[in-house]
Amino acid sequence: MKSNLKVFLKGIIDVSPLMIPVVPFGLIFGVLAIDIGFTPIETMAMSLIIFGGASQIVLLQLFSGGASSLVIISSVGAVNSRHLLYGAVVSEHLSDLKLIWKIIISYFLIDQAFAISNEYLKKNKDHNRYFHLVGGGATCWVIWQSTTFLGIILGAAIPEKLGLSFAVPLTFLALLVNDFRKFINVIVIIISGLVATLGYNYIPFKAYVIVAALAGLFTAMILTRKNKKA
Amino acid sequence: MSNWALILYCGLITYLTRFSMIALIKKEMFNDRIREILSFVPSAIFPAIIFPAIFINDIGLIEIDDNPKILAAMIAMFIGIFSRSIIATIFSGLASYWFLIFVV
Repeated sequence: MKSNLKVFLKGIIDVSPLMIPVVPFGLIFGVLAIDIGFTPIETMAMSLIIFGGASQIVLLQLFSGGASSLVIISSVGAVNSRHLLYGAVVSEHLSDLKLIWKIIISYFLIDQAFAISNEYLKKNKDHNRYFHLVGGGATCWVIWQSTTFLGIILGAAIPEKLGLSFAVPLTFLALLVNDFRKFINVIVIIISGLVATLGYNYIPFKAYVIVAALAGLFTAMILTRKNKKA
Repeated sequence: MSNWALILYCGLITYLTRFSMIALIKKEMFNDRIREILSFVPSAIFPAIIFPAIFINDIGLIEIDDNPKILAAMIAMFIGIFSRSIIATIFSGLASYWFLIFVV
């Protein structure tokens, strides 16, 4: 069995390539939050407390659009529902752990750490294999906090003319690159996007994110069911 | 609600979605069907952020003509599909957007 430190370091090494896009993402978040009117301390607190890129960007997007708190919080919840899947998948590897470790690991269960550790956890059966997940999550934590901080500082220096807010849809687009190759996913993407765009002004309380997501999931349910019968 | 309360609640809900399955749910409670549906969550949610950010302008109207974001996003999408690289997708989109607004 490898030492805890070695497994932790392996997590850091494995997650590193996935950290490259986190850098612009964190910078953009810091810049936009200041631009929208959050104080530097509030912006830093968002990255420390929420520690989730998609959640934080959705918060900014809806906040600047004048959505109510309830809608913002439930949209953040909807965006995060993918973590339920991550948790369910890794839970079988963590079931023997003490509650305190589960509490700590949950904070680090982010997209990138899940993506690399899920592979590792499947292949390794050592008792300390969860250190891999902690290593990946901690690496992302350091990058996320430092790029948020840099974004806060740079915020004032970056001209608005650059249209950096366009990086938000591009970042989310980038997270879907593998889904564009799958037929059902493409249909789901189009349905969700159309509902959100056409409903933007008509769905009350700026709840278009939730309504569009539900429409997309409903489409996925129907299409995957048909798929199985055929 | 104050900004601080908003940040705390968003943090709490984010944390709970990560913690709940690890702490409370046994894997038997997750059948393949639920797992399959949940795998579509990114495809169902991210477009709801992507599309309005591209097609809706500053005053809240759908803008198709004279909108450089559409072409830039399409270029980014094709680069993404072929490269499968997150960083290439983001940078090709930003670069084509800047090219369209500053050069063309």
